[in-house]
Amino acid sequence: MSPDVPLIEMRGISKSFGAVKANQAVDLVVGRGEILGLLGENGAGKTTLMNILFGAYQPDAGEIFIEGKPTVINSSADALAAGIGMVHQHFHLAGRMSVLENLLIGIPGKNGRLDRAGALVKLAEIADRYGLKLDPDVAVSSLSIGEQQRLEIVKALYRGAKLLILDEPTAVLAPGEVEGLFAALRAMTQQGLGIIFISHKLNEVRALTHRCTVLRHGRVAGRVDRPAETATAEMARLMCGHEIVPPAKGPSVPGSAVLQLERVSTDGPGMPLRDVSLSVREGEIVGIAGVSGNGQRALADVVSGMLRPNAGQIEIGGKAVSRFTPREVQALGLGRIPEDRMTTGLVTNLPLADSMVLPRVGTEAFSRKGLLKPGAIIAFAEEQIKAYDIRCPGPMIRAGALSGGNLQKALLARELAFDPKVLIAAQPTRGLDIGAARFVHEKFLALRERRCGILVISEDLEELLTLSDRIAVMYEGRIAGMLDAADATVARLGMLMSGAEGNA
Amino acid sequence: MNAVLEQVFQVGFLAAIIRIATPLAFATLGEMFSERAGVLNLGIEGIMLLSAMTGFTTASLTGSLWLGILAAIITGALMGALHAVLTVALGLSQHVCGIGVTLFGSGLAYFFYRLVFGQQSVPPSIEGFKPVPIPILSDIPVIGPPIFNQFTLVYLAILAIPISAFLLYRTPWGLSLRMVGENPRAADSAGVSVIGMRFQAVMLGGALMGVAGAFLTMAQFNAFTFGVISGRGWVAIALVVFGRWDPWRSAGAALLFAFVDALQLRLQAAGLGHIPYEIFLMLPFVLTIVAMALMSRNAVAPSALLKPFRREER
Repeated sequence: MSPDVPLIEMRGISKSFGAVKANQAVDLVVGRGEILGLLGENGAGKTTLMNILFGAYQPDAGEIFIEGKPTVINSSADALAAGIGMVHQHFHLAGRMSVLENLLIGIPGKNGRLDRAGALVKLAEIADRYGLKLDPDVAVSSLSIGEQQRLEIVKALYRGAKLLILDEPTAVLAPGEVEGLFAALRAMTQQGLGIIFISHKLNEVRALTHRCTVLRHGRVAGRVDRPAETATAEMARLMCGHEIVPPAKGPSVPGSAVLQLERVSTDGPGMPLRDVSLSVREGEIVGIAGVSGNGQRALADVVSGMLRPNAGQIEIGGKAVSRFTPREVQALGLGRIPEDRMTTGLVTNLPLADSMVLPRVGTEAFSRKGLLKPGAIIAFAEEQIKAYDIRCPGPMIRAGALSGGNLQKALLARELAFDPKVLIAAQPTRGLDIGAARFVHEKFLALRERRCGILVISEDLEELLTLSDRIAVMYEGRIAGMLDAADATVARLGMLMSGAEGNA
Repeated sequence: MNAVLEQVFQVGFLAAIIRIATPLAFATLGEMFSERAGVLNLGIEGIMLLSAMTGFTTASLTGSLWLGILAAIITGALMGALHAVLTVALGLSQHVCGIGVTLFGSGLAYFFYRLVFGQQSVPPSIEGFKPVPIPILSDIPVIGPPIFNQFTLVYLAILAIPISAFLLYRTPWGLSLRMVGENPRAADSAGVSVIGMRFQAVMLGGALMGVAGAFLTMAQFNAFTFGVISGRGWVAIALVVFGRWDPWRSAGAALLFAFVDALQLRLQAAGLGHIPYEIFLMLPFVLTIVAMALMSRNAVAPSALLKPFRREER
């Protein structure tokens, strides 16, 4: 095999689902020892393309060559046999089973039995070569998200993968874990493996990949040969088809405090709050940084009335609300963008219109004498769908059928329609592409102009630095530090997030 | 009181427990395989009844007991395949289909039994299995006779427990079976056929349920009546939960139930005149409910139980 034959080549791949053309004449090449970035907004066709490569779909047209040989991939079994491994965004692991059992699934045994001894040897070898260590006998559910991802990578390597597909692998990782992942991926390329790295995060793409292919509306929109030397703005333009200008942010003119926490402590869920004091003023955006699981959930819940503090005071607009229910807090003008859109955001099996009025369903606007006003509900939903450009067939569509970006727009529309005095938003742009994230940011900044106080909880430091007037860092349920936007840098925030520096 | 105790714990009590436990053990293991792969089989009661009938009829017509067992196994596997077609291939509700399979199996059993034997005042009977003492072991005092002087099917039930555990925990096949019941997507992406594994599990489960039914008509009662199963299938479903989907624990659960059942039979016979016998009849079922209530709190079912698998939804 001559070295210039690429590891994987996809040529002229097209795939339609009904009227939707998910991929049109897409070409993609990955060489040995190469990391290819695959970029594109949500719905650009990245996942479809990778599912074709991994055997989940058959292309309508086009061919796949593996080391120069035309190959038909009919199933994931075929893909694995051809040396293609995939780490999905949502891991394919059984939590109650051990690491070893998850590793050995689908692998023929020795004399009809599971080959435990052989597996341990191979596992140690992989750990040695790539620095991917795992304890074989613990249950997967006791592993951290980063370790579960490691297991998925090891699973692919164990099966002799020559090409590894990673679908947004860093979306679930803390900043520190990302470095470990990148080191392992680089070690793999040293051994001649090819990697396809799917991501929205352009900084990571620039730091890691050797080349990029950018998809837009199912077609190849462009290729980037030296990502490290290409400006982020240029890549963003290829993805969106137009310039992405960072949203303009006016000067900070904070007024009096609209949300105030005084030495608040709670029980769970997850990490409890310990002695947290924090204030958000009119016309101010306060960011909450921190590795997930350091008390952010409890903070969001306690402010929105879903969790009662066992010590301390919470005030909204000067009124003590520690004992208020979520509805009472809402009536005072608190808007809430929850972390998990699908479970606490809206009801996925109900029509979108119903979800959009859910928090205010008992108010004059949407009901009278205990009966709903369906006309008013649908009219409201239609109005918001138009105002926010929510892409959907209509207000009666099942909410769960919307894409992540459109769901988030619907939630924003719902909360912003009633002019909140305080908005608490958790991970407001998680999983959204650049265009949708930009839209959310613009709305937040417009709201700030309208004198709303906004608390943004996010793991995306770039986002916090773009939006915030002040940034608080949470570590182990406490506020580890509060920085003015002018003094905040990724490095400084990273130190506080890891607990290395504390001034609280 | 001493007289009662003596009557209860006379020789043969242990043998009775083992005999009662045997069909329960087969049925419980069968249901366990099915559920471990993610498929609840409420067809168990009907599968047991139909297999009890086909086993009995085949033995009666051919004169061969083992041909009868084979017929029961084939019947059970085919009924399992029917349940799998509905719930695995078509992805329909496991509850509804299971009850359908039970009604269908029971109806078929009545129909064919009448067709073959007509209406008879005394139900026909066969010469059933005879105990086969195992040399030397059956001479051990106390535990020898009840355990080692039993029907061959009892020995097979005892062997089925470690074999099931070995298959489930030590072979790639068993790992695949458990994985399709925990996270079918993981199995699928590792190249395991989820549909194929579930069919195998439900059919193997059906075959074991078939043996359970046939044991009743070919070893225990040697005749077929329409009430011969009398809820043993439903009990097996409870025992699987009680046994936490594990072969050893499930077999233990079957033994415990059998112990209480044997006990209540003795208590009835002991003639405690002032207590209606129905009270004793209830005992094993009361125990099942209590045990279920206590155990189901920590029992964790296979994650994908009741969930049909479809490859891609778009």
